[in-house]
Amino acid sequence: MLRSQQRGVLPGFRLTLGYTLLYLSLIVIIPLAATFVKSSELSWAQFSQTVFSPPALAAYRLSFGASFLAAAVNAIFGFIVAWVLVRYDFFGKQFVDALVDLPFALPTAVAGITLATLYAPNGWLGGWLAPFGIKVSYTQLGIFIALTFIGLPFIVRTVQPVLADLDSELEEAAASLGANRWQAFWRVIFPMLSPALLTGFSLAFARALGEYGSVVFISSNIPMKTQIVPLLIMGELDGFHLARATALAVVMLVISFLLLLAINLLQWWSNRYNATNPA
Amino acid sequence: MKTLLTILLASSLVAAAGAREVKLLNVSYDPTRELYQEYNAAFAKYWKAKTGDDVMISQSHGGSGKQAQSVINGLEADVVTLALAYDIDAIARQGKLLPADWQKRLPDNSTPYTSTIVFLVRKGNPKHIKDWDDLAKPGVSVITPNPKTSGGARWTFLAAYAYALATYGQDDAKSLDFVTRLYKNVPVLDSGARGSTITFAQRGIGDVLLAWENEAHLALKEFGADKFEIVSPSLSIRAEPPVAMVDKNAKRHGTLAVAQAYLEYLYSDEGQEIAAKNFYRPRSRKIAARYANQFNPVKLVTIGEEFGGWEKAQQRFFSDGGVFDHIYQP
Repeated sequence: MLRSQQRGVLPGFRLTLGYTLLYLSLIVIIPLAATFVKSSELSWAQFSQTVFSPPALAAYRLSFGASFLAAAVNAIFGFIVAWVLVRYDFFGKQFVDALVDLPFALPTAVAGITLATLYAPNGWLGGWLAPFGIKVSYTQLGIFIALTFIGLPFIVRTVQPVLADLDSELEEAAASLGANRWQAFWRVIFPMLSPALLTGFSLAFARALGEYGSVVFISSNIPMKTQIVPLLIMGELDGFHLARATALAVVMLVISFLLLLAINLLQWWSNRYNATNPA
Repeated sequence: MKTLLTILLASSLVAAAGAREVKLLNVSYDPTRELYQEYNAAFAKYWKAKTGDDVMISQSHGGSGKQAQSVINGLEADVVTLALAYDIDAIARQGKLLPADWQKRLPDNSTPYTSTIVFLVRKGNPKHIKDWDDLAKPGVSVITPNPKTSGGARWTFLAAYAYALATYGQDDAKSLDFVTRLYKNVPVLDSGARGSTITFAQRGIGDVLLAWENEAHLALKEFGADKFEIVSPSLSIRAEPPVAMVDKNAKRHGTLAVAQAYLEYLYSDEGQEIAAKNFYRPRSRKIAARYANQFNPVKLVTIGEEFGGWEKAQQRFFSDGGVFDHIYQP
């Protein structure tokens, strides 16, 4: 079973695989397993009381809904940013390129406080929106904006290198074979980019699910309305209910895992589809 | 060069022979930053004069519950100074780092200073907020943190509930209805006390902030007394933020004596004066009299008399499916 697919020039398959397993165990699998073990301290009644309580159900809906929406919006607009950065040359391009990474570097609490200040009814942007009855800070819309902010780099940075590798000759070839602009984009470029786009989407989505720091500042954290799952988990921890906190975490993990698995399957399917049906 | 080396060597030898350097870690909660900054300097001076040792005190601040959890998980605190006894109880129960009867080891339930919950309103008090019942009226917007993630907010919730019990003749159904109406008026439940202060003072949201007394005074100092004023309700709760030595850690670090002295000195005149200056109510009558005009007289109930202690209150009000959860469920 354990065999490298083909004999490579460089030896060391066993060493590197052993290292990979050890590293993944230490960094990922052991902490995750501990979460499951801890949550198993609860009886089924306690477990279901925690994870199926009305505030918890409302929080799952909000966390998954807002994260999905934020990742989807980023997939579209992040794609445009990546396109502009790869395809065009303009003054200050390096600067814009560096700007994209900022959400990575900024401590999330700072991002949350800054966004909340900007969009508060007395803030720069919030004051401008308030006369139209649009409230951002302390609403679900605010949560969505915070999650969009932190997710942007994931899409741009995954799409950018793939797009850069894409020869514009392909489009020229498509055009010379009679494809119009829309067909060239939709039938030629998009299929080649979609795996990268999906990867970026799932990274941004996963990142948004776990986000705590920025959201607690821009959300009003009202149970049943604007309370995300990580906040619910913090609440359990504050009451010294470690097992209940891990129970909520386990539910999040299982749902996230299934969703990411689905995205990976979709990616795998689209790769095969593209391989067998070249456009 | 050679002389410099000799001097360095000699001075380090002297230092080694004379003063020892002792390290102490005080794990505390959010609003005590300013208090302990001042107190640590005073204590270091006192300890140096008494024993000749230099004491280096490090501080860690955060939400009280989270801080207790960190100590249970191995944060090497020599002393803890937290927002509620329940959090130190958890360290005794789950971490077994100090005896269960820790609260009897120092005077006044191991709380050298107390605080209470007051209202901070906008200048001129445009909504005429005088007492708890004004907070439950329609059209009043109230800012307070989430009791599930903030120790201070738990005191606030219990103060509101105690007021309702007193007003409605100890009727639980009516009291629940009262706190429900009050919390329906809360547009933002921040995760901690500082977050709420920022929401109220800087973002201009809400008509009234329910705050620690010391936090309210600090906001006046920070943002200007021309913007806000403090209103004391007719009844509030005596918040007792306790202090304790974490025996097992202190023993291992060899800091038992200095940790004990650090906590005891909080009860000295100087310690009490620093607490009062930072708007905590001192236990010492002498110091309290000196700062009397700073603290409005309020009828204060205690958690022991009113709710039978933290263990019971936590279970009844703030656990899953408890009273607080009911507020938000139809």
